[in-house]
Amino acid sequence: MKTFDYARADSPEAATREGGEKVRFIAGGTNLLDLMKLQVETPEKLIDITRLDLNEVEDTDEGGLRIGALVPNADLAAHPRVVKDYEVLSRALLAGASGQLRNKASTGGNLLQRTRCYYFYDTAVACNKREPGSGCPARDGFNRIHAVLGTSDKCIATHPGDMPVAMRALDAVIVTLKPDGDKRRISIHDFYRLPGDTPEIETVLESGELITHVELPAPPKGKQTYRKVRDRASYAFALVSVAAIVAVEDGKITNAQLGFGGLGPMPWRDATAEEMLVGKAPGKAAFEAAADALLADAQGFGSNDFKIPLARRTLIAVLRELTGVTA
Amino acid sequence: MHFTINGQKYEADVDVRTSLLDLLREHLGLTGSKKGCDHGQCGACTVLVNGRRINSCLTLAVMHEDDEVTTIEGLGTPDKLHPLQAAFVKHDGFQCGYCTPGQICSAAGMLDEAKKGWPSHVSERLEGEVELTDAEISERMSGNLCRCSAYPNIVDAIREVAGEDA
Ligand SMILES: Cc1cc2nc3c(=O)[nH]c(=O)nc-3n(C[C@H](O)[C@H](O)[C@H](O)COP(=O)(O)OP(=O)(O)OC[C@H]3O[C@@H](n4cnc5c(N)ncnc54)[C@H](O)[C@@H]3O)c2cc1C
Ligand code: SF4
Repeated sequence: MKTFDYARADSPEAATREGGEKVRFIAGGTNLLDLMKLQVETPEKLIDITRLDLNEVEDTDEGGLRIGALVPNADLAAHPRVVKDYEVLSRALLAGASGQLRNKASTGGNLLQRTRCYYFYDTAVACNKREPGSGCPARDGFNRIHAVLGTSDKCIATHPGDMPVAMRALDAVIVTLKPDGDKRRISIHDFYRLPGDTPEIETVLESGELITHVELPAPPKGKQTYRKVRDRASYAFALVSVAAIVAVEDGKITNAQLGFGGLGPMPWRDATAEEMLVGKAPGKAAFEAAADALLADAQGFGSNDFKIPLARRTLIAVLRELTGVTA
Repeated sequence: MHFTINGQKYEADVDVRTSLLDLLREHLGLTGSKKGCDHGQCGACTVLVNGRRINSCLTLAVMHEDDEVTTIEGLGTPDKLHPLQAAFVKHDGFQCGYCTPGQICSAAGMLDEAKKGWPSHVSERLEGEVELTDAEISERMSGNLCRCSAYPNIVDAIREVAGEDA
């Protein structure tokens, strides 16, 4: 590990003021230190934000939830309001990592975890995300875990998180503080960026900008679930995952909010796929139309071709489960 | 820098890069916690920080100056084994023993989580009391790998202690 300066921040304002290009905030450290050991990340300074007062989960006036950026994944998954009103979020968190890691991993850090692309982790090889302009060996190499939606010539990596997929389905808002004191409220739909020509830039966060909270709107209408398909029953990243909230009233689907993991460079959401469901009777025709819409532009790179039919089947299985319609 | 490990105060001058695990093993001579993968994947380094289980390899010593750290050395002694240690012996919950300190610290943290009613990935209902079935124990312990694959015996040991606690 390259050495660095270390400072403990005593207020969010002080943390942002110390921020910068070669500076990293450290929360749980479970992703950052992993990458620093391999010298994939080589910050000159770490700002320890773990003692900041961003540890609460509070009700908002609108009936939603305001989650402090430092709330550990374990606590959020077990929080009474999350368990009762946001089952999809609790299930997504519980499907991620291990008990030990969830005790450390923070809400803010989870949103910003980096890809698990093997080449990104290996400093002996090229990778546009790690070393802009060096190339992307994954396109023609080992790409079983890579993306099939939203990729670019420069990068085909996925965002590996589970929690952010549920948050995307729930229309979360990310609240930040900038070094100049400005607060921003960024919809999760605008938070992540597609790789395009700059895969090294993953979010709209600016230098020194600190995530302070994540807000969830009032609980959505309908049943919720999170299904994660992976290589082993526990403690593995998603090949494909689906976060789903679906309501059926009088024989018609009246709400559909779908998030997808393992498919794209960011937690994925597709308005057209949801439109194929809302107003329709739950059943094979609507479910298949939604899957067709989701995967219309999907492109495999060889080893990950299987993700396209797997995503289709997983989505349909989840829709059947939530609507109770198996025909 | 000051650290509190197993209720005892220690002083150590460590490089900022030192992980909590390396502090314990290399600087304080507490070699019970093991280094397996050093990347949070195997769980051999599991310790309790303020009562919660974490991977000590993925955190910096400097971040834990004001915390209470408990390692396997603090859970029990050769003369007075912790119930989990006794149960691991009774049920043959190990072969080579390398993962065992991490398994036991993890199990101690896990039993506490279950008592608080925390659900898991395999819990059918997210609310209410947790019943530690074998499936629940396996899922909740999935962050601890055992290369000898003593899993069935580890589950037996933990189930017994969970039963005594209830
Ligand atoms: C073995 C293993 C298995 C895993 N399995 C899964 C899995 O199945 N599913 C899954 O979703 N995840 C998984 N993870 C990843 C884990 O969820 C992340 O490492 C964790 O969520 C990161 O949170 P953290 O608080 O530790 O972040 P850190 O490592 O502290 O930080 C990560 C990044 O976020 C930045 N950051 C942190 N907090 C803030 C903030 N408030 N504002 C601005 N920037 C901030 C940091 O500067 C850093 O760049 C796994 C990790 C490991 C090691
Ligand atoms: S897919 Fe992205 S992260 Fe992986 S090697 Fe290519 S550029 Fe790097």
